[in-house]
Amino acid sequence: MRPLLQVENIAKFYGARIGCTDVSFDLYPGEVMGIVGESGSGKSTLLNCLAGHLTPDHGAVRFDTRAEGLRDTITMSEPERRMLGRTDWAFVHQHARDGLRMNVSAGGNVGERLMAVNARHYGDIRAEAIDWLGRVEITEDRIDDRPTAFSGGMQQRLQIARNLVTGPRLVFMDEPTGGLDVSVQARLLDLLRGLVREMNLSAIIVTHDLAVVRLLADRLMVMKDGHVIETGLTDQVLDDPQHAYTQLLVSSVLQV
Amino acid sequence: MSDYNFAYLDEQTKRMIRRAILKGLAIPGYQVPFASREMPMPYGWGTGGVQVSAAVLTPDDTFKVIDQGADDTTNAVSIRRFFQKTAGVAVTEATAEASVIQTRHRIPEQDLRADQILVYQVPIPEPLRFLEPSEVETRKMHALEEYGLMHVKLYEDISQHGDIATAYAYPVKVEGRYVMDPSPIPKFDNPKLEMAGIQLFGAGREQRIYAIPPYTQVVSLDFDDYPFQPTKADHACDLCGAEESYLDELIMDDAGGRMFMCSDTDYCATRRKQGHVGAQGVPYKEDAA
Repeated sequence: MRPLLQVENIAKFYGARIGCTDVSFDLYPGEVMGIVGESGSGKSTLLNCLAGHLTPDHGAVRFDTRAEGLRDTITMSEPERRMLGRTDWAFVHQHARDGLRMNVSAGGNVGERLMAVNARHYGDIRAEAIDWLGRVEITEDRIDDRPTAFSGGMQQRLQIARNLVTGPRLVFMDEPTGGLDVSVQARLLDLLRGLVREMNLSAIIVTHDLAVVRLLADRLMVMKDGHVIETGLTDQVLDDPQHAYTQLLVSSVLQV
Repeated sequence: MSDYNFAYLDEQTKRMIRRAILKGLAIPGYQVPFASREMPMPYGWGTGGVQVSAAVLTPDDTFKVIDQGADDTTNAVSIRRFFQKTAGVAVTEATAEASVIQTRHRIPEQDLRADQILVYQVPIPEPLRFLEPSEVETRKMHALEEYGLMHVKLYEDISQHGDIATAYAYPVKVEGRYVMDPSPIPKFDNPKLEMAGIQLFGAGREQRIYAIPPYTQVVSLDFDDYPFQPTKADHACDLCGAEESYLDELIMDDAGGRMFMCSDTDYCATRRKQGHVGAQGVPYKEDAA
């Protein structure tokens, strides 16, 4: 089976400081990979390098494009990379307002990616938007409301709808449940798990919340100070942590 | 007259502006940055248009200025006088006699010829501005032809008003490449953007010049199921009876009295001279004004 994403020796430095270094892994279609670590461990830097928001100093990120097979997204031209960014890739930000247009209605937000790939039929765009709002449990009568009128959880669900509407194959998520209360988190996770399975999505999820990766991720990568210190199947890493830091991380979770 | 260089601006500045104009003509619809000068009028009064006019005027030109179609509003009169004083060029109110026409928010009803230049005053040249505040990002979007966002604006119109409610500054795609703001002309005028004359757009505060060469394809953006429609008030001109011209609505009293009249004053006056009379009009008399 051919990997969907092949990451090889990615490194990003901020001057003399390390952002992340020596990161390599393969991601296969339908697989969900979690990246955990404390604040400042380089997980967001890594995610931004993979998604093309930052240019890494070394390494290669090869994506299995529909047309030409594995291509290095770092050396490909900017138009091609941005095209991937609005078709085969999706990026879910921690703060919904970073990923949404707050002064455009919910329907317009969902429709933007369709219009970006040349959908020019209002009725079709609208129908697709209604369908996707339904899938993320936003009722149809909210389609013309702006995201500013939505709760935090709804904004996050809207952001997910907006990203998945073009049927991407790879989703990058940066703390998708950050800042939401636990019951809303639980529903969002449920929804994400359903969508990932149903659409056979591959995803890379950055989080510091171990419960999120336990639920969603097949594989786990633990980062500290810019290095990957442990990788493995999620349950294996969480139930039998080998590295001292991972042991600390797992034992730090509050039990209620 | 001798106190000013011809057409107010110094020769080096005019040269710089002409370069920007030529580049604009070479890349239809592309916004060319230029070093806009301070002009003796406030921003928003047509500083961009005035600089472009100053750069294209020659002593043999005949100059006309229209403001919302009218030749006799403050803005039109003061800009016309400005060039009368600083360039000594002939001025006219007749569209057919002018070789350079500076306009604010209208295209003359009468078709322009190949030897005429239309200069627009542009407040905000960037069509994507209200959707994407970052200039870096909008330039990138133009460079990479990422214009999906423009349709988001039209989508919002339909979802809120049931139809494309944008009535002026209606975005167009020029020669299949650049999306352009045609300045705040009514969308009624959009089909006229494909014309024989040269069209130059100057934005003074925003420091941009762009252009549409003669006979260039200009397409108004729309949806397949909501096609572009040029609109006007559903009336005939009450003064000259014209049914095909763009109309202004004038409130006459506080009892619901109103009157529709051509926004293009020269067009209206010409028709009245020819003997056309509208519903509330009186026959044209030479000394009536």
